[in-house]
Amino acid sequence: MDSELRTLALRLEALLGSDRVVTDPVRLRTYDCDGLANHRATPGIVVLPGSAEQVAAIVRACVAAGVPYVARGSGTGLSGGALPRADGVLIVTARMRRIVELDVPNRRAVVEPGVINLDVSRAARPHGLYFAPDPSSQQICSVGGNVAENSGGAHCLKYGFTAHHVLACEIVTPDGELVELAAGDPGYDLLGVFVGAEGTLGVTTKITVRLTRLPETVRTLLAAFGSVEAGGAAVSAIIAAGVVPAAIEMMDALSIEAAEAAVRCSYPPGAGAVLIVELDGPGPEVAAQFADVERMCRDAGAFEVRVAAGDAERALIWKGRKSAFAAVGRISPAYLVQDGVIPRTALPRVLARIDELSAESGVRVANVFHAGDGNLHPLVLFDDAEEGAAERAETVSGAILDLCIEHGGSITGEHGVGVDKARYMPRMFSDTDLDTMQMVRCGFDPAGLCNPGKVFPTPRLCGEVPGFRKGPHPFEGKADIF
Amino acid sequence: MGAQDDLPDLLGDCVHCGFCLPTCPTYVLWGEEMDSPRGRIHLMQQHADGEPLSGPMVEHFDRCLGCMACVPACPSGVQYDRLIEMTRADVEREHPRPLQERLIREAIFRLFPYRRRLRALRGPLRAYQRTGLDRLVRRTGVLERLSPSLAAMERLTPPLGRTPRLPGRVTARGTRRATVGMLTGCVQGEFFPGVNAATARVLALEGCDVVIPRGQGCCGALSLHSGREEEARAFARRTVETFESADVVVVNAAGCGSAMKDYRTLLADDPAWARRADALAARTRDLAEFLVELGPRAERRPLPITVAYHDACHLAHAQGVRDQPRALLEGVPDLTLREIADPEICCGSAGTYNLLQPEAAGALGDRKAESVAATGAELLVAANPGCTLQITTALRRRGADLAVAHTAEVLDASLRGLGRAALLGHDSSPTGA
Repeated sequence: MDSELRTLALRLEALLGSDRVVTDPVRLRTYDCDGLANHRATPGIVVLPGSAEQVAAIVRACVAAGVPYVARGSGTGLSGGALPRADGVLIVTARMRRIVELDVPNRRAVVEPGVINLDVSRAARPHGLYFAPDPSSQQICSVGGNVAENSGGAHCLKYGFTAHHVLACEIVTPDGELVELAAGDPGYDLLGVFVGAEGTLGVTTKITVRLTRLPETVRTLLAAFGSVEAGGAAVSAIIAAGVVPAAIEMMDALSIEAAEAAVRCSYPPGAGAVLIVELDGPGPEVAAQFADVERMCRDAGAFEVRVAAGDAERALIWKGRKSAFAAVGRISPAYLVQDGVIPRTALPRVLARIDELSAESGVRVANVFHAGDGNLHPLVLFDDAEEGAAERAETVSGAILDLCIEHGGSITGEHGVGVDKARYMPRMFSDTDLDTMQMVRCGFDPAGLCNPGKVFPTPRLCGEVPGFRKGPHPFEGKADIF
Repeated sequence: MGAQDDLPDLLGDCVHCGFCLPTCPTYVLWGEEMDSPRGRIHLMQQHADGEPLSGPMVEHFDRCLGCMACVPACPSGVQYDRLIEMTRADVEREHPRPLQERLIREAIFRLFPYRRRLRALRGPLRAYQRTGLDRLVRRTGVLERLSPSLAAMERLTPPLGRTPRLPGRVTARGTRRATVGMLTGCVQGEFFPGVNAATARVLALEGCDVVIPRGQGCCGALSLHSGREEEARAFARRTVETFESADVVVVNAAGCGSAMKDYRTLLADDPAWARRADALAARTRDLAEFLVELGPRAERRPLPITVAYHDACHLAHAQGVRDQPRALLEGVPDLTLREIADPEICCGSAGTYNLLQPEAAGALGDRKAESVAATGAELLVAANPGCTLQITTALRRRGADLAVAHTAEVLDASLRGLGRAALLGHDSSPTGA
């Protein structure tokens, strides 16, 4: 550890107590990546604050020392958004996990950032309420992380992303000031800017979330198709009929195989694709639409339709889907989780092209989709022990994103840009676009110490005139800092 | 355990998704990566990559309860149970421990696996409890200052009564449906003799001839779960030999059953024993598992009582036995079963954990006691002696004195029509032999 960090570590220990500061290299290394393990950096210092005031004190100490800092919740992100800095401080919010208030009449909860997503719903459920955003990692991902990444989930087709369920955030600004951003505030929608900014505009210390009333009825079916195309046709038919399901999820044969190996979810054997359709709402409406959905699945060629008889069967259907990412570990030594968006109608063309890419390169691709909103999660499989395999997988993974952009989509649906996709940003945005975004970032964080190196491919210095970059970039040659 | 060459492969199974974190008791307590399964696997990887076993590394391995809640939670199928056992064996081989720690460990492993030594302790312990010396010692905190582990051991000692001697064979009531061997266990046998007596009676009432071999020793669970492989193998061989002729071996202590089902891996590299160990593992059943497979025959008499059932980790996570004990309890007329919140989180007992890591164990015990108390149940039912000792101690700290019983004791009371007083009257062993 260099002397600057050592001094900062002593300062942080004085501020927080030594049990909240980690400096031992062996321990620090366990924080070297989040859920995306192919980007790693051992943090200089890890701190485990217990309160908003402590977070503010940490940020102020970092700013005073000119040391970059990164916030991390449970470390389950899939874009390396919480990738630490070797020359910086990692602020871990895992000990800030109090549900501060459950305001049932106003359907709100106030939570600390380290609170686990599912724990909000668990606390609210006895009151007939829940927290709607449900990323697959909801059993462990933190609400603070959800805010940073504007996380979605299987049910965001009907209920929207995290941004739609956050009413206010208390944040520590990059100046070390505690402020509250609220959805109803007049003037610029700063909360809107903050949610999904991937932790580059400050550190969340308290979140007021909207609680949603539990639906009166939930019905779930699993339809098995011979091919992904047939499943895709069913999706289009359902949406075209004006039904807004709570979720429509599709898995292809390879991801079914993985899920089966992991959680024995007993999906129909021989399926080229399965579709999970969930409808919720008032009983009569759900009953009517459910019959339509079932018929449309059969019309599109479903050879088996299973209707969950109760909560246990529904849970089993979902278990296969929700464990799919990690389950791929059963059929491949290593893999990349991709996250792209395409217009729903482009699904068959894009999938056919992914198949071709896979065949040309010899790299296997398993597909899991939030089919309702065209959010693809191709899982690119490789063997990390094989030379060049990681690079080949990376190439295929990048080509899939190009495909998404080509079809008018996006390079990320819900996992965020983080460090992993920063390099793809110029494929989607012009220099001017990126400069404009960076000016917003500079407005919040002029010193560039708050989660630097994320989202943008090349950092810019605040005060630099956009679009007139002459001569070397001020940080050029210091790329290792940023 | 088995070939250490497997280690890199097994480590490679982890994809760092973090799904194990919320199931890990120490992560729940401290929120630190290095005290989570994912973090510990990272530490194991560092060690495999050449990092020597340092103090901090060993500290985090030692803090793992070995509760195995992370194993069923892992979508990638990481065999954390094998990983931590291999790692613990590495620690025992490579890492010198400070003198006091070494002495405590030696004392534990020379005492608990030996029934005769435990029995020899009973006399002085009963005298200690009866003279009131125990209250004095607790008040002064002298033991706590001397050694937190010894103090934990003292706190956990249950009130001791008479130990009835079990016969070598108990004959089936009515037509015989099966002949089973019964493991009596070390701590179960000496501290909860009533549980063994109840187990034998229930099996007999359900139509089983119960064979209780006299010379049986420790199954090796404590040693196996603490990285003392050679010791564990020796115990395992002896147990295999003892029960070789039994069609089924019924075990009423979760830790023991789990260890015996693991014999196949433990002795896999020993050509003389591998097959025999495998065969015994295949015939080992937890009592609840066996009774459900057998199906109820004896009449259940009503027990109007509200019980909370506690999942012992080595039963629920290691053996996957969750539904059977609940089914048996629900089969008792008038009995109301309540669920304990966060059932998958360990109570902190974890074999020798509450002796070696008293602070963490105490915090987990308090959490569990709070959840148990919140159920409003009159009786706590658990199927592992360690859990029973741990939770009773934690409840007592809260000033609550909840009655506890083993599943076998509840069934025994129902089959014999003893009524609720038999279960609520005493602390641990409601029925004599």
